[in-house]
Amino acid sequence: MDFFDRFAVPHPSFLIYASMVAIGLTVIAVLVGITYFKKWDYLWREWLTTVDHKRIGIMYLISALLMLFRGGVDAIMLRAQLAIPDNKLLESQHYNEVFSTHGVVMILFMAMPFIMFFFNFVVPLQIGARDVAFPRLNAISFWLFFMGAMLFNISFVIGGSPDAGWTSYFPLAGNDFSTSVGSNYYMIAIQIAGIGTLMTGINFITTIFKMRAPGMKLMQMPMFTWSALISNLIIVFAFPVLTVLLAMGTMDRLFDTKFFAIGDGGSDMLWANLFWVWGHPEVYILILPAFGLFSEIISTFARRNLYGYKSMVASMVVISAFSFFVWAHHFFTMGQGALANSFFSITTMAIAVPTGVKIFNWLFTLWKGKIEFTTPMLYAMHFLPLFTLGGVTGVMLAMSAADYQYHNTMFLVAHFHNVIIPGVVYAMLGGLTYYWPKMFGFMLNERIGKWTVWLMSIGFVLAFIPMYITGLDGQARRMYTYSEATGFGPLNMVAFIGAGIMAISFALLVYNIYYSVRYSPRNIGNDPWNARTLEWATHTPVPEYNFAVMPQVKSTEAFWDAKKNGHEIFKGKIEKIHMPNSSGLPFIMSCIFFVFGFSMIFSIWPLAIISLLGILGCLVYRSFEKDHGHYIPVEEIEETETKLRGAK
Amino acid sequence: MKIDHSLPLEYSTEENRLKIFGFWIFLGAEIMLFATLFTSYFVYENRSGNGPTGAEIFELSPVLMETILLLASSFTIGLGIHAMRLGKQKAMMSFFAVTLVLGLGFLGFEIFEFTTYIHEGAGLSTSGFTSMLLTTLGTHGLHVTLGFFWGLFIILQVKKRGLTPETANKSFIFSLYWHFLDVVWIFIFSFIYLKGMM
Ligand code: HEM
Ligand SMILES: [Cu+2]
Repeated sequence: MDFFDRFAVPHPSFLIYASMVAIGLTVIAVLVGITYFKKWDYLWREWLTTVDHKRIGIMYLISALLMLFRGGVDAIMLRAQLAIPDNKLLESQHYNEVFSTHGVVMILFMAMPFIMFFFNFVVPLQIGARDVAFPRLNAISFWLFFMGAMLFNISFVIGGSPDAGWTSYFPLAGNDFSTSVGSNYYMIAIQIAGIGTLMTGINFITTIFKMRAPGMKLMQMPMFTWSALISNLIIVFAFPVLTVLLAMGTMDRLFDTKFFAIGDGGSDMLWANLFWVWGHPEVYILILPAFGLFSEIISTFARRNLYGYKSMVASMVVISAFSFFVWAHHFFTMGQGALANSFFSITTMAIAVPTGVKIFNWLFTLWKGKIEFTTPMLYAMHFLPLFTLGGVTGVMLAMSAADYQYHNTMFLVAHFHNVIIPGVVYAMLGGLTYYWPKMFGFMLNERIGKWTVWLMSIGFVLAFIPMYITGLDGQARRMYTYSEATGFGPLNMVAFIGAGIMAISFALLVYNIYYSVRYSPRNIGNDPWNARTLEWATHTPVPEYNFAVMPQVKSTEAFWDAKKNGHEIFKGKIEKIHMPNSSGLPFIMSCIFFVFGFSMIFSIWPLAIISLLGILGCLVYRSFEKDHGHYIPVEEIEETETKLRGAK
Repeated sequence: MKIDHSLPLEYSTEENRLKIFGFWIFLGAEIMLFATLFTSYFVYENRSGNGPTGAEIFELSPVLMETILLLASSFTIGLGIHAMRLGKQKAMMSFFAVTLVLGLGFLGFEIFEFTTYIHEGAGLSTSGFTSMLLTTLGTHGLHVTLGFFWGLFIILQVKKRGLTPETANKSFIFSLYWHFLDVVWIFIFSFIYLKGMM
C-alpha cells in the first residue's frame, strides 16, 4: 500500500474529488466516442502522425484554447476567494496551488502554444515555403510540449500541485518547505515542454533563413515573420538557461544536491537570477510575435503599408538584445546594492524606448489610413491604449528605489496582466479571428466578435485597474486573504466582477465559434480581408503542399502589389512536389517521455530507467531509419488545383 | 532529391544544407547551456561548505590524460572528414573508429576521476561546490557518452550503405558535435581545473 500512498493528493477537498470524477468521465467519454464513431484510424493517420505544419499548428491551437480555459477557471477561483475580506472559499494551501498553476499554465501552456500555432500556421505560408525545415522535428516539438502540459495538468489529481508560485523560488520550492511532489511536477513537466520549445526555435530559424520564396530578401519579409525570427532567436538563447535551471532544481529535490540549499555552500539567489535570465526574455518571446500580428492586422485594415518598416525591425532587434540585460529588475529588493540596481533600472527603462517606437509606427500607419473596424482591428485598437498603460506602469516599476513600494504587491500583478492581456492575449484572439477563414474556410461572426472585444476590455479594466490602487495601498500578492480593516474589500469586489465579465467574453468567443460553424457563409474565396501578404495568395483551404508553383517575390507586400499591378506571382509550370512522410515516432517517443517524467516525479526508478531506454531506442531507430519522403505527381496537383479553383 | 555535384557530398542536397545549418543553431543553444553551467560554476567555486575545495581534490595527471585523449580524438575525426571528402571510405571509418576509442579512453579516465572524488568525500550532495562541479563535468561526460553511441551508429551506417549524401551528412554533423565537445573541454580544463589548482 505504501507504494500507492504517494499518488494521493496531500490536501484533498470536495472540489478536487469532483474534478477527479469529471476528468475520469471525460476521458472515458472521449475514448468511447472515438471508438463508437470509428475514428481511431482517422485520428492516427491524419493527426497523431502528421508532420504537416498546418495541422501541427491547429493542434497547438486546440491545446492553447483548452489551457486557456483551465487557467481561466484558476483565475476565477483566485478572484472569487479575494472578492470579500476573510473569505473561506479556499484555504491557504489550495490558494497557493491555484495561483502557481494559473501562472505556469497561462504563460507556458497557453501563451506559448498559442504563438507556436501562429509560427506553425502562418510563417511557412508567409514566406512561400512548402513546410518547415524539419517537419519531423516539428512534430516532436509539438508532442513534447503536449505531454509536458498533460503531465503538469494531472498534478492536482495525482500527488498534488506545485505551490511555490510560477517563479518557484528556492528555498520555498525545496524539499523542506514544499513537501508534496508538486514542485517535482513543475521541474519535470516544464523541462519536457521546454525541450520541445527549443527544437521549435531551431526549426523556425532555419526555415526563415533558408526557405524563403525566390526573391524574398530578409528586409522584404512580412513583419510577422520578422517577429517570429527574432522570437525564435530569443528562444534558442534563453531556453537552455531554463534547461539547466530546471535540471538543478530537479537534482536538489530528488538527489539532495546543494545548489539552492540554505547551508553547505548553496545559493538560493542563483535560482532567482537564472530564473529571470530566462524569464524576462521569455516575456519578449511572447510579446514580439504579438507585435508582429498587430503589425499585419493594422496595415491590412488601415489599407496602408506599415509605417517605418526598418525601424520596426531595428526596434525588435534592440528589444531582443536588451531583454537579456534587465533580469534583476525582478528582485530589486533582494539586496544586490545600489550600483547593480541602478544598472538594471536604466536598462529596463531603455527597453521602453524601442517599444515606444513601435507604438508610434502603428499610430503613423493609422494616420491617413482608410481604417476599417473589423474584429481583428478592434482588438488592435484596444491594444494600443491599454498596452501603453501597462508599459508606463512598467517604467514606474523599473525605478528601483520606488520598487520597494510596488514590489510583490497587486500593483505588480496589475502591471504584468496589463501588458500580457491587451498585448499577448488580444493579439492571439485578434490573430485567431484574422486567420480563422484561412484555416477553416469561413469567417467568425463579426457582430459577436465585436461584442467579445468590448466585453473583454470592460472586464479587463474593471478587473485590473483596481489592483493598481490596492497594490499602492499595500495589498500583497499571493496572500490568500486580507482583513476587513485594510479597506481592500470593495475594490477587490470590483475586480471579481471584472473577472466575471472577462469570463463571459471568453464564453462568447466559444459561442461565436459554434454559431459561425453553423451559420457562416462558406463561399468567401481565398482573400476575404483583402490582405497584403503571401498566405492569402494560395487557396482556402490550403492544400497540403501550400503552393502549387513557388511564388516570385519582389517587394514586402508581394500579394498586395500583385493585386494592384496585376502581375503574376506564380510564374512557371507545375512540377512534382517533394513532401515529407508522416511518422508515428514523434508521438510514441513523447508518450514514453510522459512515462519517464511521471516516474521521475514519483521516484519510481525502475520505470524511469526502462522509459529512458525506450526514448534512446526511439532515437536509435530514427538514426537507422530510411525516410526519403514522397512525391506528389503533377496530375494529382493539377486535379487538386482545379477542384480548389472551382470552389471559389 | 536533386544532388549538386559541385559541392562536397555532405552539402550536396537541399536537405543536407538545411541540416547542417540547423545543427549550427543547435550548437548555439549548446553554447548557452554550457555558458550557464560555467557561470553557475563560478558562483559556487568557493562555496564548498564543510566539503573539500577544488585545490584539495583536483589532480593534474588524470586530467592531463583526459585532455590529451580528447584533443587527439578531435584531430582524428578531422582526418576522418578529410578522408571522407576524398571519398576514401575505409580510411574514414578507421579514423572514426580511432576517434571513438579515444573517446572511450577519455570516459574511462573520467569515471576513475569521479570515483576518486567520491572516495575523498566530494559527492554529489556534499556542498554547492561539489554539486556544481560534478554536474558540469557530468553534463560534458554525458555528451561524450551519447556522442560515442551516435558515432558508432554512424560508422555502422557508412559500412552498410557506403558514402551517400545522407551518411556523409550525418558524419559531418557528428564531427561538428565532436569538435564542439572538445572546445567545451578546453574551457573546463582552463577555468575549472587550472584555475582551481592555482
Ligand atoms: C515597457 C516595458 C516594460 C517594463 C519597463 C517592465 C518592467 C517590469 C518590472 C520592473 C517588473 C518587476 C517589478 C517587481 O517585481 O516589483 C516587471 C514584472 C513583470 N513584467 Fe514587465 N515590463 C515591461 C513590459 C512587459 C511585457 C511586454 C510583459 C509581457 C508580455 C511583461 C511581463 C511581466 C511579468 C510577467 C512580470 C512579473 C512576473 C512575476 O513576478 O511573477 N512586462 N516588469
Ligand atoms: Cu522582466
